[in-house]
Amino acid sequence: MTSLPAPSTRKLGLVIDLDICVGCHACAVACKEWNDGGAFGPLPDADPYGAEPHGVWFNRVHTYEISGIGNRESGIEKAGAARKSPCASSIPHSPLPIPAATQSVHFPRSCLHCETPACVTVCPTGASYKRAEDGIVLVDEDKCIGCQLCAWACPYGAREFSAKRGVMQKCTLCVDRIYNETLEPHDRQPACVKACPTRARHFGDLGDENSDVSKLVAERGGYALMPELGYQPVNRYLPPRPRRDASQLKPTIHPEPSDETPMPPLLRWIDRVLSR
Amino acid sequence: MRPTFSIIFFTVASGAGYGLWILAGWLILLAPRLAEDRNAWAANDLVCAALCAGFLLVSAGLVSSLAHLGQPQRAWRALSQWRSSWLSREGVAALLCYLPAGTMLLACILGSWTSADAIHANSTNWLLRMAGSRGAGAVLALMAIITLFCTANIYACLKPIRAWHNRFVVPGYLLLGTYSGALWAWLLSGVTQASLAPPSLLIGICSAAVAGGLLKLAYWQFLDKPAPQAPDATGLGALGNVRSVEQPHTEENYLTHEMGFRIARKHARKLRALVLACGFSLPALLAALALVLPSASAWASWFAVLIGMGGIFVERWLFFAEAKHAVMLFYGARSA
Repeated sequence: MTSLPAPSTRKLGLVIDLDICVGCHACAVACKEWNDGGAFGPLPDADPYGAEPHGVWFNRVHTYEISGIGNRESGIEKAGAARKSPCASSIPHSPLPIPAATQSVHFPRSCLHCETPACVTVCPTGASYKRAEDGIVLVDEDKCIGCQLCAWACPYGAREFSAKRGVMQKCTLCVDRIYNETLEPHDRQPACVKACPTRARHFGDLGDENSDVSKLVAERGGYALMPELGYQPVNRYLPPRPRRDASQLKPTIHPEPSDETPMPPLLRWIDRVLSR
Repeated sequence: MRPTFSIIFFTVASGAGYGLWILAGWLILLAPRLAEDRNAWAANDLVCAALCAGFLLVSAGLVSSLAHLGQPQRAWRALSQWRSSWLSREGVAALLCYLPAGTMLLACILGSWTSADAIHANSTNWLLRMAGSRGAGAVLALMAIITLFCTANIYACLKPIRAWHNRFVVPGYLLLGTYSGALWAWLLSGVTQASLAPPSLLIGICSAAVAGGLLKLAYWQFLDKPAPQAPDATGLGALGNVRSVEQPHTEENYLTHEMGFRIARKHARKLRALVLACGFSLPALLAALALVLPSASAWASWFAVLIGMGGIFVERWLFFAEAKHAVMLFYGARSA
């Protein structure tokens, strides 16, 4: 049924920390690995070892540069305001110019399991649905006719069409892991969360104010993507913390000890021998 | 958005087919008046031909739309979610539209109702009576309009695509469907009657062409106007200028293939001019010519259909090719 269920109190989702994500793509690989063999699999690629491999991934990690950081209360702001344009400057004693007030942000993108997902309501077959009990958005791949309208309706690019299988596929929030009683309790988390080496991904119930993820969101000012479109995404992103501006740092290079420095006699002798 | 031949053909062909059915329904609504007319017989031939050609165009379009599906054998499932999905509603409406159209076509094939009077006289033949009634004409026209309305809303309901989610799309589909149907009706009037097209049809074609051209101009003006504010897709815009420096994948993926279509977008200006010239101006000029020079009507109608349908095909191609999807903002697009 593609009509949406009544809003559930339980809203399972991910919280992704953009401050510490290092862009290693481990989440994407772990996701691909699990879901290729999971209950909704496989995720076959076209031409996997050829010149142009092409296939469905539920996680895509973008990398962005943010420049001209100037509207935030931090050291960066002052540094940026002091110069006419926040462009390249150099650290003293460094041969390499580094851009001022600039930082890179790695940005994992996956299904946000919206509360009012248009991808579900546009589905003509009932293959797309939102689970009433926990809000996970899923595709029944045995019903999907592959019209791809849901992918058009999603502004977040969460859905990818499998040309090999002729159906739409998407993040399942590892529904076949999180309720899987054959796994150890600590393993009942999405594969991407388990795989993240920096713990930048967190899984939990965002409908519960007292859950760890909700507290994290409250503490770090977690935000939703493109809320103005009205789909009410459940997933939250934690913004990067303000960075120190490297161009403002004092030089920390210590001069090498000179010969005049008093040294014990033995070291002085070794120094003399080695200096020949 | 990537223009797919199957969908473009579907919307153009079935649009013209529903346009023909709208006109056929309209003609039947006016049938009693036509019956008094000297040309009643011929006009009813036109109705039959319009029903038949509409049937072929609509069916060809719907079959073509199946070619876009990854699992076409499951297409029947698309009829189930009419409560929420415009695509499902379109499927249901398209099938329902076959009921009046099919009944009337059957009646045509039986060939017994060339005159409205004959039907009213023959009270025993309920099928023919029903099929030739004003009610049936009204139902057909209404169902065809509803189907076109649903088709347009499949696109117009998609918020992430600014070029589709606007007030021009639904009138555009309705107007261009009826207009292209009218071009076909003109052609059929020549074929069935081998003589004059009703002047009202030619005047209708001219005005629809002008209206269509103006509507497309307004639509393109809307497209070219920069969006009030492109959505801040990553939510990082509050920190500074966000620039995509590395993409998630080295090869094209489904999203960049489907939503990131940009081939020939640079030719959009020329193609728009082509749409205005072939889609609207030339058919309107030909119709005007047929008005003043009725002997030219037959051959002019052939040109008008060929050129006009070609122009509308380019228009539909542009409708897809010029549409930008919000997801491309993640891939560094400046606007959506």
